[in-house]
Amino acid sequence: MRPFDYVRTTTLDETCQLLGQDGDSSVRALAGGTDLLTLMKKEISVPTQLIDLKRLPDLPSGITSTAQGMTIGTLTTMTEIETNVQLQEKYPLLAEAAAVAATPQLRNMATIGGNLLQRPRCWYYRNQLVNCWLKGGDECQAQDGENQLHALFGGGPCYAVHPSDLAPALLALEATVQLRGPGGERMVPLAEFYALPEEKRRQETQLEKDELLLNIHLPGLPAGTRSTYLKAMDRKVWAFALVGVAAIVRLEEQKIVDARLVLSGVAPIPWRVTAAEQALVGATANEATFAEIAEFALADAQSLSHNAYKITLAKSLVRRALTMLTDEG
Amino acid sequence: MSSKRLLTTLAINGIEHELALEPRRTLLDALRHDLQLTGTKKVCDMGDCGACTVLVDGRAMYACLLLAVDCTDRQITTIEGLAQADELDPLQQAFIEADAFQCGFCTAGQIMSLKGLLNETPAPNDDQILRAVTGNLCRCGAYRNILKAGRLAADQVAHPEEARHADSTH
Repeated sequence: MRPFDYVRTTTLDETCQLLGQDGDSSVRALAGGTDLLTLMKKEISVPTQLIDLKRLPDLPSGITSTAQGMTIGTLTTMTEIETNVQLQEKYPLLAEAAAVAATPQLRNMATIGGNLLQRPRCWYYRNQLVNCWLKGGDECQAQDGENQLHALFGGGPCYAVHPSDLAPALLALEATVQLRGPGGERMVPLAEFYALPEEKRRQETQLEKDELLLNIHLPGLPAGTRSTYLKAMDRKVWAFALVGVAAIVRLEEQKIVDARLVLSGVAPIPWRVTAAEQALVGATANEATFAEIAEFALADAQSLSHNAYKITLAKSLVRRALTMLTDEG
Repeated sequence: MSSKRLLTTLAINGIEHELALEPRRTLLDALRHDLQLTGTKKVCDMGDCGACTVLVDGRAMYACLLLAVDCTDRQITTIEGLAQADELDPLQQAFIEADAFQCGFCTAGQIMSLKGLLNETPAPNDDQILRAVTGNLCRCGAYRNILKAGRLAADQVAHPEEARHADSTH
């Protein structure tokens, strides 16, 4: 790692000002550090100053119930999300997503804020010898290269996939993020917070350089709603998703009255398949419906030279998730 | 360029050490190079292998992904902190009895992960034991005996008198 200064701040204002104070990205915020330190060790991120967020008194940590739903503070660890009993009952898909992410050590360290803001695991992005488009270069080496792990949707200029398991679950829950900048706070639906990287914003979120993520707000779900997160990995544990699916379904007398489907591991941001959700509403819950929906959800997928297998995986996961969630047993 | 060193107090195995550290020093390098506590192993140094697992406030974490200056108000336990005088920790004893290692390079990390488990779950089932070491790679493939060692240690903690030789089959 290159040398840097380590500072502790006392207020949110002071922190935002420090983060925004210079033109390039040399001031970075440190929470769990499980992503940032790996980027710094490879000199993909080279900050001259790190601000320790963990001891900032006004930065929220922990899970609280609200009138309708729940609120998760940005410093809440993955372990807390995995093991919180109320959250397990109310939003099982979120606890499941936390439980299949990373390893016990990483879940003890990593915060939900950092998890949502982590950078892609694309091997070109993570290789310090490659100046890929996402790092400011001219092209994506994965597009015509080793793209086994890359995007089916939303690709170009960047074909990396978003690595978070929590993000697709939160997107399915229609969560809102509370951001704090030097000029005050703003609330942004997660569906807008994640945005495909573009020429002038080569990152996966709308977070400004001088902003902090404070809270994630989860709306309530109607009684009888069921949810799950399924994840295909190239080994049984400690791998990023080849494909994942966050699914939420509410059933009334064998008819689906509400459905949400978000895929992970298939796009530079978590990928909601709205058309498939709409097709599910009003349909009868059975295997034929689910097979049709799975085809529909992947109809617009555009495979690269080495990742067409993900289409098969995603269809199977969609079918499996819907079957599980509508099984009366 | 080198950055300013910070005076840092680290509480390791119940003893406080005062060190002047560059902020980029990881807890792992501080343990091994500044404190000569080389029981914690450095392998991938990227949070992939688990060899550097230590307990921070009782929970298993990767020392390679923690900055030492970031650990000032936390209690750190390393493999050197487990044995009491000449008495091995039940987990260390169990690893010997279950033959739970070959080359031994991952062993300290495996034991610290299981220590973290037993701190919170004194009577774990097999799933919980296996799950606790999912973040620790063993390239010798000693996993089955690591599971046995986890069972033995849990029995030993629950029944200190009778459990020591409860599972000696291989």
